[in-house]
Parts: sequence; structure tokens; C-alpha cells
Amino acid sequence: MALVLLALLIWAGAWALNVWLARQGFRAVKWLVPTIFGLTILLMWELIVRGLDVPLVILPAPSVIAVTFASETDILWADFRQTILKGALGGFIIGCVAAFSVAIVADRSDFLRRGLLPVGNFLAALPIIGTAPILVMWFGFDWQSKAAVVVVMIFFPLLVNTVAGLREATAMQRDLMATYAAGYWQTLWKLRLPAAMPFIFNGLKVATTLALIGAIVAEFFGSPTVGMGFRISTSVGQLALDMVWAEIVVAALAGSAFYGFVAGIERVVTFWHPAQRR
Amino acid sequence: MRAFVPILVVVAGLIGLWYFAMLPMNAHQAVLDAERAGAVVSPETAAERRDMSGWSLVTRNFGVVSQGVWAQDRPRLPAPHQVAIELWETTVEKKITSKRSLVFHGWITLSATLVGFAIGTVMGVLLAVGIVYNRAMDLSVMPWAIASQTIPILAIAPMIIVVLNSVGLQGLIPKAIISAYLSFFPVVVGMVKGLRSPDPMQLDLLRTYAASGSQGFWKLRLPASMPYLFASLKIGIAASLVGAIVGELPTGAVRGLGARMLAGSYYGQTVQIWSALFAAAICAAVLVGIVGLIQRVTLKRMGLT
Repeated sequence: MALVLLALLIWAGAWALNVWLARQGFRAVKWLVPTIFGLTILLMWELIVRGLDVPLVILPAPSVIAVTFASETDILWADFRQTILKGALGGFIIGCVAAFSVAIVADRSDFLRRGLLPVGNFLAALPIIGTAPILVMWFGFDWQSKAAVVVVMIFFPLLVNTVAGLREATAMQRDLMATYAAGYWQTLWKLRLPAAMPFIFNGLKVATTLALIGAIVAEFFGSPTVGMGFRISTSVGQLALDMVWAEIVVAALAGSAFYGFVAGIERVVTFWHPAQRR
Repeated sequence: MRAFVPILVVVAGLIGLWYFAMLPMNAHQAVLDAERAGAVVSPETAAERRDMSGWSLVTRNFGVVSQGVWAQDRPRLPAPHQVAIELWETTVEKKITSKRSLVFHGWITLSATLVGFAIGTVMGVLLAVGIVYNRAMDLSVMPWAIASQTIPILAIAPMIIVVLNSVGLQGLIPKAIISAYLSFFPVVVGMVKGLRSPDPMQLDLLRTYAASGSQGFWKLRLPASMPYLFASLKIGIAASLVGAIVGELPTGAVRGLGARMLAGSYYGQTVQIWSALFAAAICAAVLVGIVGLIQRVTLKRMGLT
């Protein structure tokens, strides 16, 4: 009970500190406050789990998760390679190539674009993750089926964003290219693709999260004996929740890193866009 | 009307592609069926055919394949009409209390979705109000809310289900919690954006009226946030449905659309998987459509469109 009280005290103290910090003007507040908040949550989690003796099968303490994470790095790395590097990343690359190609073809025909945009928007809102059992049946248990799920999941958001982005160049800008006697490909490469980049990167950023979700959830429908989704579902079955949480930490780190990587490229490619100004 | 013809052509093209893809996908089974029925096929033994691609089987046995792929019991790729018939039989012709009725399974999933969506939306709006009015909360929570959207949250679904199961919660509530969790963050982010959308000029105007804080909230910030809220609600309800479906996978649940898919994939009942998939798609489309309708009516009455 004392630990729980301590947790509440720490919460109150940290919150008061944050309220005080939020009133201050200096720049470090921007990352100091969320960091303190995150650490407070972790500390409270630890203290309350220990104080109330919450059993491991309901909620392991952060320290237990950290120990598991450190001691099981071999398994975690193998799962990471199978699910993220092979499944999610493979599918991501294939899906990007496919969506761009279709978008550029569709963009040449006004008729096709008017048909494809609403249908693509509609399909992007559907629970496409449900195709996972079908694709696992078609492509087998290994990473190929996971990559296929990822392709299907990211294809329509990317397609819709790319097609919309390719319309972004204004009539004035296109006229300018025409006065330069630029051909279709020159206009595409020098004007329309750069102008489409903010849209394309929006799609890509959505796709990073979808790719991870697709690759992990597809493993619930069948996988070899390695992979993050496989480990999560079997560890849940064995009530080894510390392992599940360790996998979730890996997924969170991988997701943030993947997103940050794409956002970093966006910053370089669309340096001219107002959203990137500081 | 101008958009109608192109959409129709694209949809017809997709369905045509689907039928076309059935030839190679179902060729092996079609040739096997024909061989068992006594027809002459090439190559003659199943062992030789195993490693051949679907297309080469199609070209070598076109007559047999083009007849045999359309109405198999367990095709690798069922035909659109097979799925449509299955959908019709399991929704309209079965009693809705029957275990084989998709309406029954759909309702199980849908009720969890709606409960979760309601919880997630209410919590999300409340948190957004807190974030907009409290700077400490904004600085503490907002970065985490945004960062959490880059994390594959769905991965923790099995754990939530099993953990809640071990404390005695079963059925609708665990799935609703996953749904709530998934719809929560889009609503928070969108609502914060919306509540902040009034520009300084409008806020100044309210100050010249000597409006109180709550008047500013009810008469300016809340109405101004509505377009943002509805955009988030559309994302949120689609995410809720995905959450409820995925929530049915890990425990081997026997009821719900996700359970239908899982059972179908265990027993190779492809038509059942596809019909559950389409039922889920129809549910999603209807839910997003209803939110869109409410959005249009609301915004019209507010004079925003």
C-alpha cells in the first residue's frame, strides 16, 4: 500500500512540476514536459504493480519487461527480421512501386482517374486486413504472404494520394512548362512529381503504420515458428506477458523509427513546402 | 452523374479481372476434377502438375479448365457470384438467430464496434478539451498521442483479450475496449485541431462581447471543430470495426465476423472467408456512410456547407 501511495505522491509532484514548467518560456520545455510525463507513467506503473502485487499474467512491471527485453534479444532480433525486414519492408517496397505505377498510368487518362479515385477512396476505408486469411492461404505461411497483405493494405491509400498529388501543379505552372516546350515526361519529372511529393509522403507515412499492422496481424492467421505476430499470439497463450510486452516495445520502436525515417526523407525532398519551414 | 460512368467502368473492370484471375488460380483443382471424372488431361499425373504454374495448365487444358473453375466447392479464388450467393443465403435466407447467419455474426461484431466507438469518441473529445484548455496537459500528452499513431497498436489486441479474460471479462467488453482504443487517438488529434481552428480575430471578437470562457467554448470553439470532428469520426469508426474484427481472432472466438474468417481459414472454406470479408466491408461502408450523412445534415444546419 505504501508503494501505491508513493506512486500517487510522485504523480502529484510530477504534475505540479509540469504545470510550473508549462508556464516557463524557455525552449527545452517542449521536450522536457513530455519526457517527465512519460517517466512518471512508467514509475507509477512499476510502483502500483509492485504495491498491489499484480500477477505477471495480468500486467508485468516495466523492470520485468526490460529484463526480458535484454535477455531475449536473440529471439526478438529473429522475429524483427522475419516480420519487419522481410514482411513489412518487402511488402512496403512492392506496394509503393505498384501504387506509383498504377497512379502514373491512371493519371494519363481523365476518365480512368475519375473512376479510380472514388473506388480507391472507398476501398481504402474498408477493413482490408480481412484479406489476411485468404492471402496466407495463397502464398503460404512464410513472409511472402505477409508482404502480400502489406501490399494490399497500403496500395489504395498510396494510390489515392499519388493521383491527387499529381493534380497539384496549377494550370499556370503547366503552361510555363509548355512554353518551355517540355514534353510529358519532362513535365512529370521536373514539375508534377515534385509538386505531388507532399501528398505522396502523406500516403507513405500512413503506409508505414499500416505495413507494420498488416505484417503482424497476418501472422495471427498462420506463420512459421518465428515472427512478432507469432510470438505475441503464442506467448499470450503461455501467459508469458513479459515476452508479449517486449515484442510490443520492439513494434513501437520499429514503428516510430520507420515513421521517423520516412518523415526525415520528406523533410529533405519537400524542403520548399510551407509545412517544413521552421 | 459525371462520375458515375467512370466508376462503373472501373468496378466492372475489377470484377472482370477477378473472373479472369480465377482461371490460373483454380486450374489445378479443375484439372484434377476433370481427371477424376474420366477426361483426358495433360500432363496426366498430379505429381507432374504440382509444380506447374496456373497459366501453363490453363493453356494446355483450356477446354477443361474454362469449364471447371467457376463452381468448385473449395476454390482457391471463389467467383464473385459464388460469394454473392453465399452472402444472400447466409443473410436473407437464414434465420438471424442461426449460428450460420451472417447477420447474427455481423451484429456481434457491430455491437462491439459501436460500443467501443462511443467510448473512444467521448474519451477522445474530453481529452481534447482538456488539452486545449490546459497547457501542461497539452505539452505532456499531445506528443505521446501523436507518437502513438505510428505504433502498430493492433498488435496488443490479443493480450488485451486474454488479460481481460483472466479477470473474468468476456464477450463484448474486451473487443469494445480495443475498438475504443483505436478510435480514441484519431478523435483526440482531430478534435484538438478543430478546437484550435478559430482564428485570433474571432476569439478577439468574443472578448469584445465580454463572453465568458464557457460561452467561448459552446458558441465558437465547439461549432468550429465540427468539420474536423467528423473527419476524425470517419477514420475512427473504420478503425473501430477493424479493432473488433481483430479482437475476435486470438481467443478462437466462435461468434463474430473475425471468427467466421478464422474458422474459414482453418477449414479451407474460402467462400465463407470471402463472404465474411464482404460482410465486413459492407458494414464498414454503411458505418462510414452513416457518419457522413450525419456530417452533411449537421454542417448544413450549421450553415457550414
